[in-house]
Parts: sequence; structure tokens; C-alpha cells
Amino acid sequence: MAAVPLRKEAFALRTTAAHPSAAVLSPRADAAQAKFETGYRRTRAPQWLAAMLAPVVGLLLFVALWHVIARQGGRIPEPAVVGKAAVAIFSDPFYIKGPNDQGIGWNVLSSLKRVGIGFGMACLVGIPLGFIIGRFKFASGMAAPIIALLKPVSPLAWLPIGLLLFKAANPAAIYVIFVCSLWPMIVNTAVGVRQIPQDYLNVARVLNLSEWKVFTKILFPAVLPYMITGVRLSIGVAWLVIVAAEMLTGGVGIGFWVWDEWNNLKVEHIIVAIFTIGIVGLLLEQMLMLAARRFSYGS
Amino acid sequence: MVPERFLSLEGIGVSFAASEILTGIDLTIRKGEFVTLIGHSGCGKSTLLNLVAGLLKPTEGTILLAGKHVDGPGPDRGVVFQNHSLLPWLTCFQNVHLAVERVFSDRLKERSHEALELVGLSHAEQKYPHQISGGMKQRVGIARALAIEPKVLLLDEPFGALDALTRATLQDELMRIVEKTHATVLMVTHDVDEAVLLSDRVVMMTNGPSARVGDILQVALPRPRNRLALAHDPKFMELRAAVLEFLHEKQAHQARLKAA
Repeated sequence: MAAVPLRKEAFALRTTAAHPSAAVLSPRADAAQAKFETGYRRTRAPQWLAAMLAPVVGLLLFVALWHVIARQGGRIPEPAVVGKAAVAIFSDPFYIKGPNDQGIGWNVLSSLKRVGIGFGMACLVGIPLGFIIGRFKFASGMAAPIIALLKPVSPLAWLPIGLLLFKAANPAAIYVIFVCSLWPMIVNTAVGVRQIPQDYLNVARVLNLSEWKVFTKILFPAVLPYMITGVRLSIGVAWLVIVAAEMLTGGVGIGFWVWDEWNNLKVEHIIVAIFTIGIVGLLLEQMLMLAARRFSYGS
Repeated sequence: MVPERFLSLEGIGVSFAASEILTGIDLTIRKGEFVTLIGHSGCGKSTLLNLVAGLLKPTEGTILLAGKHVDGPGPDRGVVFQNHSLLPWLTCFQNVHLAVERVFSDRLKERSHEALELVGLSHAEQKYPHQISGGMKQRVGIARALAIEPKVLLLDEPFGALDALTRATLQDELMRIVEKTHATVLMVTHDVDEAVLLSDRVVMMTNGPSARVGDILQVALPRPRNRLALAHDPKFMELRAAVLEFLHEKQAHQARLKAA
């Protein structure tokens, strides 16, 4: 399953990778602007604006539609109300008034902490397992039915097992993140190992490189882009799952906060939380895209 | 060790899963000789090269290099692959250095610099493979193979993926390098002009399966050779015609018979 999105991502990477070279060209374009007519600049500006125009129009339409729906009555707050609530919430994001009443900053950070720990452990287990499964046919045959069976299971189904094992909410939530991050890490690492071009391995063979050199100079760098794809998928899923897991486990966390505000019937706060979750997820994705671009080797 | 039998293939046969690829190959190569293997695609000429490289093992027969039995790959043979096979995460310099540090323990950087200088790429040492042209990549491949000072240089259709003009330039480069280093070369090609221009001997292979050495052509053209002068040289034309005749009359005919 993971192999298909991989291709798409590689394509997306290649197209975005063209941007730095465009940036290199721009000083020359500036020189051209200075040398020739100012009319050149007039044709440039609308292009830049057009790129911004579509997203801005889209967002405005979205807010307008939301406003219209909210005005129809019902319990959905208007954008302005949510905006005011957001200003209030983000003006003091790091307050602590008891264990269950903390600022949104603390909630986001504790969710991120759980994702970080669970995901980190998934890397520690999943990457070596992926290497073994990718390298040895027998291991791959052994793991295939288990992975095929467990991968489609919603990570939340593991929560009761986590509660049973750890007898506490926080490690159980981390455990759920671990389980859901594990599969993409294993599968993508294994795919990466299997797709190492035979040419590279032949180079290792004709030079008689030591196992350590083969690993550090060929296997690891060749698999790294696939591992980063695994990281992106894992983090994406983990950020989806943590909200749901925290709704069930309680404590401090953005998911719990959403549930708490539902119990307080503060719908505007829930909508603020939705946007916050979205923005944090977007930032995580962008960070990992940058990392992926760094290791794409331009090939 | 007899210099006349620097690299010798004795009674080589290769079979994969009940189908015979090569059979009864006997070939000896002198020290400092440039030999090309030519034949139609699928005749097993790359298989033969991979045997010498140690990437494949013969089903029967033995290969001796400088009196030593070839059993697996090793840095006494420098291999240049058709599609350069440079590691994309290493610079040109690092790609060469990786090979050098495997073989030598001293002057690693100097040796890497020298190898890249030999192929005229000193200016591109710090570039990554995706930043240089196909011809330059193949030069780095040659530098990597030469840097380990192999006993024999094995070239597997090294210029096959290049455009005609770049190929000609690299052929000239290769002739210059081989003359300078006195390297022993075994090269696979399907380009008749390339074979005659570069070689001391052209080994013409019959069509597979069960391919064997059909004929060996001596290319007694004086060195250094100049492609422009040779273009009108009657001896060159005659040799070229001989290879073409072998490939397109004798072997094409046989292929038709087999297909029928």
C-alpha cells in the first residue's frame, strides 16, 4: 500500500525541487529589470498576485459560506465569534489552573510530546525491522501476513490493550501512537531496502567493500528517502490518532481539550481547536517535506 | 606467470536454469592489450565480462588473472558499468575516494585527485553526479575504476548510453588514458567502429544461446590512432567490413535459421 503514495511523493518532490534553481535565476532577472523597461515589472506582478489570489479567494469563500450557514440558526458559532474566542485563547496559551484546566499551548505541547515519544519508539523498532524484512526474503515472508492483518486495524482498537498493559492513560496513548507509527516505518524502510538499485550493490561487490561501508555508504543513504516518507506518513497518522486517543484517555492534550470544551458546550473553542490541530499538522508536514527535499539527491 | 597469458579464460561455460548461455570459451589476453567483445545483444558478452569481474561464477571452466584464480569480485579488477553507477549522495571525489580507501592505505586524497585529473575532471570534483553530464559521469566511473590501479580494466558498454559526439570524445579520452597507463582492457561493445578504433583484437561472438567465440580479428593499426585519419584508411575500412560481415552475414543468417 505504501509503495503507491511513494511514487506520487517522489514526483511532488521533483517538481518542488525546481524552485531553488528558479531562485538562483532571479538575480539575473533583476538585472534584466534594471537594464530594460519598467514594463517588465508590470507583467511580473500579476503572476505573483495570481498565485496568491486563488488561495485567498478560496479561504474568503470558505469563511463566507461558514458565516451564512452559522446565520441560519443552530449551534454553529459565526466566524467572528470564533475569531474573538481564538484571540482570547491565544492571548494566554500557557496558564495552569489545576490538572484539567490548562492553556491551549500546554495541551498542544503534551499531545506533541506523546506523538514524539510514541513515534520515536516506533522508529527505534520499525527501522531495524524494516531493514531485516527488506534484506532477507524469509523474514519478509514471515512478517507479510502479520503486517497485512494488523495494518488495517484502527490504532484506537489497541487502546484497551494499552490500558490493560500499562494501567495508566498516558502510556496507553503513547502506546497507540507507537502502534500506528510502526507499520509505515517498517513498510517504507523495507520497500526502500528492496528498491536499492542492483548497480549500487554491484559497486559494493566489485570494490569488495566491508559490511560497515556497505551499510553507511550505500544501504543507509539509499533507504533514507524512503525512511523519511515513512516518517511523514507515521507522523501524519499519529497526529490524526492522538486527538481521538486523548478524547478517550483524558488528561492534558489537545484531544482531551476538544472533549472538555464539548462537555462545557463551548463550540467556538472546539472550532479554534480544529484549526489549531490543522495548523500544527500542516507545520509538521512542511518540516518533514523540507527534510525530504534535503535528502532527495536530485536524482 | 607468462605475460602472454595475463588474463586467461579456459573452457568457460555458463548455464542459467537449464539454458546454456556460453559454451567452450577460450581466450587469453596479453598484459597491456586492449580487447573488445562484440556480438548481437543477448549473445552473453556482458555475462562473459561479469564472469571476469567475479559478479557471476562460471558453470564450467576457470579464469586466471595474473596467475591467480578468479573467485568472486575483487579490487584487482576495475569495472566501469554501462550506466555509470555512481552513488548519487557522494560527490565525484567521494565516489572515487570510496574505491581508493578500499585498496590503499596511503595518499588516499592524492590518488583520488590524480584519478580525476587523468579523466580531466579536476574542476568537477566537488559536484554531485546529478550536477554533471552523462559523459562526465562515465568519466568519473572510469576514474573510479582506474584509481584502484587494477590489473585489468573491465568496461561494460561504457559509452552505450551516450550521444554520438560525446561517445567519440570519450573514446579518444580512453585511448589517451590507456596509452598513458598501459592498462590491460577488456571491453564489451556493440559498436563496430568503437571496437576497431580502440582494440588490439576484436573478439566476435556467435549468437546465443550457447554462444561461443566465433572469430578473433587482429587490429594491426599503429598507435596513437586518429579517428579522422582512420576514416579514410583502407586498412581500417577493411577491418570494419570484416566485423560487419561477421555480425550481419554469418551471425544474422544463423539467427534467421534459428528463428525459423
